[in-house]
Amino acid sequence: MLKLDNVSKTYKTGDKALHNVCLEVSAGQVVGLIGPSGAGKSTLIRCINRLVEPTQGSITLGSTDLTKLNRRDLRQARRRIGMIFQEYALVERLTVMENVLSGRLGYVPTWRSWFRKFSPEDIALAHSLLDNVGLADHYNKRADALSGGQRQRVGIARALEQNPELLLVDEPTASLDPKTSRQIMRLIRAACQERNLPAIINIHDVMLAQQFSDRIIGLRAGKVVFDGSPEALSDEVLTTIYGDEDWTQLRADATPTQNEATAVLDLAEGV
Amino acid sequence: MPEQSLTQTYPTRWKRPPVLLTNPLWRRVIAVGALVYLVLAIQTVEVDWQRVYLGLERGWRFVQGFLVPDFTTRWNDIYYGLIESLTMTLTSTVAGVLISIPIGIGAARNLAPAPVYLACRSIITLSRSFQEIIIAILLVAMFGFGPFAGFLTLTFASIGFLSKLLAEEIEDCDHSQIEAIRATGASWWQVVNYAVQPQVMPRLVGLSLYRMDINFRESAVIGIVGAGGIGATLNTAIDRYEYDSAGAILIIIIAIVLVVEYSSSYIRRWFQ
Amino acid sequence: MIHASSNEQPLWQHHSAKQTLLRWLGWFWLVAITVVSWQVMNENTIWAFVSDAPEQAVDIGSRMFPPAWGYISNLWEPLWDTINIATLGTLLGIIFAIPVAFLAATNTTPSTRFVRPVALLVIVASRSINSLIWALLLVAIIGPGLLAGIVAIGLRSIGFIAKLLYEAIEEIDESQVEAVRATGASGVQVIDYAIVPQILPAFWGISVFRWDINIRESTILGLVGAGGLGIQLNASLSTLAWNQVAMIFVVILGTVVISEWVSARVREAVL
Repeated sequence: MLKLDNVSKTYKTGDKALHNVCLEVSAGQVVGLIGPSGAGKSTLIRCINRLVEPTQGSITLGSTDLTKLNRRDLRQARRRIGMIFQEYALVERLTVMENVLSGRLGYVPTWRSWFRKFSPEDIALAHSLLDNVGLADHYNKRADALSGGQRQRVGIARALEQNPELLLVDEPTASLDPKTSRQIMRLIRAACQERNLPAIINIHDVMLAQQFSDRIIGLRAGKVVFDGSPEALSDEVLTTIYGDEDWTQLRADATPTQNEATAVLDLAEGV
Repeated sequence: MPEQSLTQTYPTRWKRPPVLLTNPLWRRVIAVGALVYLVLAIQTVEVDWQRVYLGLERGWRFVQGFLVPDFTTRWNDIYYGLIESLTMTLTSTVAGVLISIPIGIGAARNLAPAPVYLACRSIITLSRSFQEIIIAILLVAMFGFGPFAGFLTLTFASIGFLSKLLAEEIEDCDHSQIEAIRATGASWWQVVNYAVQPQVMPRLVGLSLYRMDINFRESAVIGIVGAGGIGATLNTAIDRYEYDSAGAILIIIIAIVLVVEYSSSYIRRWFQ
Repeated sequence: MIHASSNEQPLWQHHSAKQTLLRWLGWFWLVAITVVSWQVMNENTIWAFVSDAPEQAVDIGSRMFPPAWGYISNLWEPLWDTINIATLGTLLGIIFAIPVAFLAATNTTPSTRFVRPVALLVIVASRSINSLIWALLLVAIIGPGLLAGIVAIGLRSIGFIAKLLYEAIEEIDESQVEAVRATGASGVQVIDYAIVPQILPAFWGISVFRWDINIRESTILGLVGAGGLGIQLNASLSTLAWNQVAMIFVVILGTVVISEWVSARVREAVL
């Protein structure tokens, strides 16, 4: 489905963000990408849709080599890749509907998008996605009138509006409270399962990563240092990824609050 | 999820809700009003196309004059005009700052008693209401032609500009610092000196330099009504159709504005 | 005052003393240059005229009052012209300022090396030259009349609007741009969906602010033949009809006050 072969990235400043990364993601697989700050998680995700240009290596989605595309073909390829951002990255002063419909921009000629003339199918899809994420009545509100959790739901709807073949998710819960974080992760997970959609989720919260992914990739200083199932993520592995820390203690601290959060969440899920 | 069922269960039409004017009647009235105004306004512009056509040739000569400027033929006039402009700019900025400081303090609500506040505010309003050119006309009539009238004009205009912004800056001052100094039993002068001055000083320097920039640009204009400076030279050059000299003057003005802008950002950094 | 007890104190004192000296030198030079400038400037000033000024002021003042109220019937048409010069000139300025601003902003310019310096030069040239000088030139080139005034106002407005607008463009939130680009949107669509919504309030504020300034400037453009109230002013001045001049001042003042009020209201509504 998605194949990264020997991908490296060196920034103009000389910082080497990625070292010969090789990995393969199969259809429907949700991959949690963890690692300390500055390990290259964001860079890796952005290399795939070339918001950051990789310096070396090849990235293949289906049968297209993304690194070889010219500008026009790259735009066509980006339509197939949905992306969900840290801090939502909604266009704050546009309505929720415009934000969701902007997922179709790659398919719509410029003059139509200028007059906000989208096809009936696009609009119906946007309404259904907003309904799915629980924001059916908010479509005419301005994005900056929503709460953080609501904004990230719009972000999810925007990515799914593209009908993507692959989902890239960059720190989706970075500025959300624990309860909302879990709701958001659950939504992303459900969306992937429903569509058999592969996803790479770059996330700093190890517990969330373990709970919501099929597979964990650990990145440290631009290199893949762990690739395996969430269960295989032992304290030793965490130490190789993050360095020394008392992981048992941390987990013990995290567990009770997590349970509490889950309990509240299960009640709130229907809302 | 087949597409067909989506279009049946969910709305397929969406129009962006209006952002500014939510009342559709008002929207229509304003749109029609704007259109009518535009048509009427454009109709008042009577263009003598033949004259414009003739002018194109002159315009081209001006562009050429701008590209190949002539600094030498009128160098004496340019030199004197420039000296007048520059001396006018400096002296009027200095005088303007000196007068603006007491007026600005007087126009700050947190420092001045009500009668002083009102008096200073009216001076500011008076100075800001009129164009520099109009003030220059009056002052030239009173003081005679030459840079002295220009100096007075620019000083007068600087007072309104600087006092207003200075007063606003003082009003925005951190109140707790003023209170702290006042609590030590300091006199009004000491409050101004110890609590207010350190807070507004960098801003005052920045504003003065900005005003100097404006004064220079204005000094190039008020010469047109007889208040001295490079404007008079420019006016003569254009009247005589000496576009290459005019181009030279404009290039000098642009260059000096650039120099003032760059050096002021440098001086401002030095003061902070 | 402070006698050094540690080693660092005298060092700091020394530095401060040097800085104080520099500062005093700076002030000294400022005073010296100002005094010299004053003398150079007033070499040809005839002080008899200056000492005569109060009498002149009283004389002119007495001729101005009462203003020639009846003269207002001659002023309606020039006033209408003045407003048209300001409004059409502002529109003209806006039309050219928008592309210049996009070419000058570091994040939207096609080339920082070649295009941006040209755009910045256009901005500086337009800003350095007062609209009255533009009018002077244009009257000489295309003849007296409203057109010269409109073009003069337009040329001066380009630099003002473009400068403030490109600063606003440089301050936008890049993550919103990235998000829209990631959907596969074209360049124009990115501007339409991610940049324009962010700068629109600033744009309206700047335009209305400039329109307000242009109303003031267009009242005097007629002095050099570019139409509007200034033509009447010039005529009354040359016949020394001070009571008519006073009436024109009253009209100008009224127009300026109203335009300032309008622009403040519009800016309030937009922001």
